[in-house]
Amino acid sequence: MSMSMTTPILQPVERENYLNKEYGVWSWLLTTDHKRIALLYLISITFFFFIGGFFALLIRLELLTPVGDLVQADTYNKLFTMHGMVMVFFFLIPSIPAVLGNFLVPMMIGAKDLAFPRINLLSWYLYIIGGVMMLHCMLTGGVDTGWTFYAPFSTSFTNTNIIEAGLAIFVAGFSSILTGLNFVVTIHRMRAPGMTWSRLPLFIWAHYATSIIQLLGTPVIAVTIVLVAAERALHLGIFDPKLGGDPLLFQHLFWFYSHPAVYIMILPSMGVITEIIACFSRKRIFGYHFVAFSSIAIAVFGFLVWAHHMFVAGISVYSALVFSFLSYAVALPSAIKVFNWTATLYKGSIHYDAPMLYAFGFLGLFTIGGLTGLFLAALGIDVHVTDTYFVVAHFHYIMVGGAVMGYLGGMHFWWPKISGRLYPEGWARLAALIVFIGFNLTFFPQFVLGYMGMPRRYYDYSHMPEFQVLNVLSTAGATVLGVGYLLPMVYFLWSMRYGKPASDNPWNAAGLEWKTASPPTTFNFDAEPVVTWEAYNYEELDAPHKEGVPVAR
Amino acid sequence: MLNNFPLWPQQASTLAGHVDALYIFLLIVTGMMALLVFVCIIFFAARYRHRPGVRAEQIEGSNALEITWSAIPFLIFMVIFVWGALVYFKERTPPTDASEVYVVAKQWMWKVEHAEGQREINELHVPVGRDVKLIMTSQDVIHSFYIPAFRIKQDVLPGRYTVEWFRATKPGVYHLFCAEYCGTQHSGMVGSIVVQEQAQYEAWMNGGSTGPLSASGEKIFAELGCATCHRTDTPGRGPNLQGVFGQPVQLEDGRTVTADENYLRECILDPGAKRVKGFQPIMPTFQGLVSEEQVNALVAYIKSISANKPPGGAKATASVVAPRHEPGETRAQAGERVHAQPNGSQVQ
Repeated sequence: MSMSMTTPILQPVERENYLNKEYGVWSWLLTTDHKRIALLYLISITFFFFIGGFFALLIRLELLTPVGDLVQADTYNKLFTMHGMVMVFFFLIPSIPAVLGNFLVPMMIGAKDLAFPRINLLSWYLYIIGGVMMLHCMLTGGVDTGWTFYAPFSTSFTNTNIIEAGLAIFVAGFSSILTGLNFVVTIHRMRAPGMTWSRLPLFIWAHYATSIIQLLGTPVIAVTIVLVAAERALHLGIFDPKLGGDPLLFQHLFWFYSHPAVYIMILPSMGVITEIIACFSRKRIFGYHFVAFSSIAIAVFGFLVWAHHMFVAGISVYSALVFSFLSYAVALPSAIKVFNWTATLYKGSIHYDAPMLYAFGFLGLFTIGGLTGLFLAALGIDVHVTDTYFVVAHFHYIMVGGAVMGYLGGMHFWWPKISGRLYPEGWARLAALIVFIGFNLTFFPQFVLGYMGMPRRYYDYSHMPEFQVLNVLSTAGATVLGVGYLLPMVYFLWSMRYGKPASDNPWNAAGLEWKTASPPTTFNFDAEPVVTWEAYNYEELDAPHKEGVPVAR
Repeated sequence: MLNNFPLWPQQASTLAGHVDALYIFLLIVTGMMALLVFVCIIFFAARYRHRPGVRAEQIEGSNALEITWSAIPFLIFMVIFVWGALVYFKERTPPTDASEVYVVAKQWMWKVEHAEGQREINELHVPVGRDVKLIMTSQDVIHSFYIPAFRIKQDVLPGRYTVEWFRATKPGVYHLFCAEYCGTQHSGMVGSIVVQEQAQYEAWMNGGSTGPLSASGEKIFAELGCATCHRTDTPGRGPNLQGVFGQPVQLEDGRTVTADENYLRECILDPGAKRVKGFQPIMPTFQGLVSEEQVNALVAYIKSISANKPPGGAKATASVVAPRHEPGETRAQAGERVHAQPNGSQVQ
């Protein structure tokens, strides 16, 4: 979209804002400003993203050839374990909520900050403590159980440092709980006058649903980890049948959190995509209430489908039947969202800026990820494809194709607000294209591999050399994808110094966050805004001879 | 046809066709749904791209549309759900007259024992066209017995039996994978399923058998002194085991359970857990005293003295394994023909 659509005067960057108000390490480490905490998170999760990505690269390089030649079997097992743990617990779960959510939730509802600013800072410190423990664990040998920690392998057999890795996740989990708590209270109590529930941006609805899962689900994984640690240390006999335990109990507890955790990763991304599609189609979101309530429906149904990870684990035929049915029930709200986004494009005025390219990419990848979920929920097919590369491809389409595309789209969309600078648009569009192509090249062949029967977590497939061609394609795609992920980091950093200063609302977007300065001042708004308009009032914003809605500032 | 397609797994069991049919149906249905969405997105994105002076037309939404695009997918989902469930029922319901093979998984090896007594490691020989039921347990962690060409997979757990079954349709050698991550050599826990024509299979079966599994079980039964309490002639201190397999059993706590493989196994290893009504809790546990293979043999033996069910696989292979334990003959006679002891490793 042309930057001249709005004509606010380009203000000097030097005016006081949350970035230049104070300098010095302590002004950052002791800040209670939600925007500064968001940046602390941004730096930390980017660090872990590249660590996790490095592990992924080594995994793909090992699988280039059927024999295990790059690393030892134990090293490979640790690589995929640490890749999963780092990416799930230290990147994906905090990614959008803790960075974009932290930055935007108060601004979008017209608040000065989150309800509990100091708890917000505490949650970052907990994340860092967990992260340092995880790093220490990795540097002193790592863990080789897979991120799923299945008992009794994790409790009685492996001799790697399960307890430390578990405690790292335990501590980081409290960071997630506190973020969720903060959002729930903030959204309930801190909305500006006139900001009713049905005027909330759908980003807020998505974060509200996410927070509910974080609050109710995360304690269960904490309990599970404590039980694993207790069994390892004290031989309690909870999960290991030799000690009188039940290994399936572990799987039930683990997936009771870890399936909803997938929605912690994808729901905020759906929120981001909704904002982007509305802005770059210049339209109100089609079926606002359906999109909003589908987020809540996903959060609720998401808690009732965990055993679909266990169809061949030894559960009864009848419980498998129930969980298969419920899995189709949770697929429906996601389908409704996709249809509503598509319908929003209808009769829009569509701009192809970089954030919108990421949104298109999200729609393509999330749709494929969602539809392949229908295969896995079908009992008869799941028996064949579970624990194969089909599953690996499916959840990467959701968690990388969906969640990370949304995260990158959001980072581009709000970067002018966060940094006060514009990134180079051409490079950003190129990166979106590279990510999309690289992603499909990496993961699409894995669907085929999975149906052919290649099991996951195999470091050596020399018994089945017929799998090599598809693995080579996948590894080639991963290198392309790696370039696609490095590019934004480079030009975002570049833009902080050399980028053009951004206007307050470079996209002429709806939403209270765009009525603040770029970058915003410490308390976001000079005066408490009063909301008199509906969400996504693009009709008014684009109306000729009109300045747009009254600016609260 | 699909067997010659390089990106498709071989079809070599009766189940494979059912799974593939549903898979192809899903590919078509989801392909059409994806196409519909993608065509709409691309068409709208092109048709309604920004043009100077043309403004977007605001549309609130449409309840009729929302209901339509909720109801139609839901109906499609239900077709998939029911079809998937029907295939799953087939996969999870072994035919009652299937020949039985005991599988013990350990890090990182598959140990297989046929009801006829043949033992194999990381290989399983089966004849074409016969139902085979695998009764599986693990000595250590969770494994998963996966044969892609048969489209079957079942986790193998320590401390209990799980079962899966198949009927091979095509001679050949097929991959056997461990599909549940189990430690260092997980990717080395692979093997072969050798499907042979009946004649070849019989020739293989005749080489080096150690006598039927149930006979080994009978020997262990005698050695452990089980018969002192579990008597068949007079009421003993333990229940008479003749004819017990597959029958409902009244428990002391009022429940009724079916005496299946898992129940027999549990009674050997944890006798107090589900005690039969009318008997005292005097049986000692055999946990740690018998290996997984010996438990399998004992279970096979108890099944063999069940009146309504001949020993597993007996019907089809009676002519193959010459000295058999026929239901009619006395156990003493059968016992004389036992040639070898199970040599399974001890439970940790």
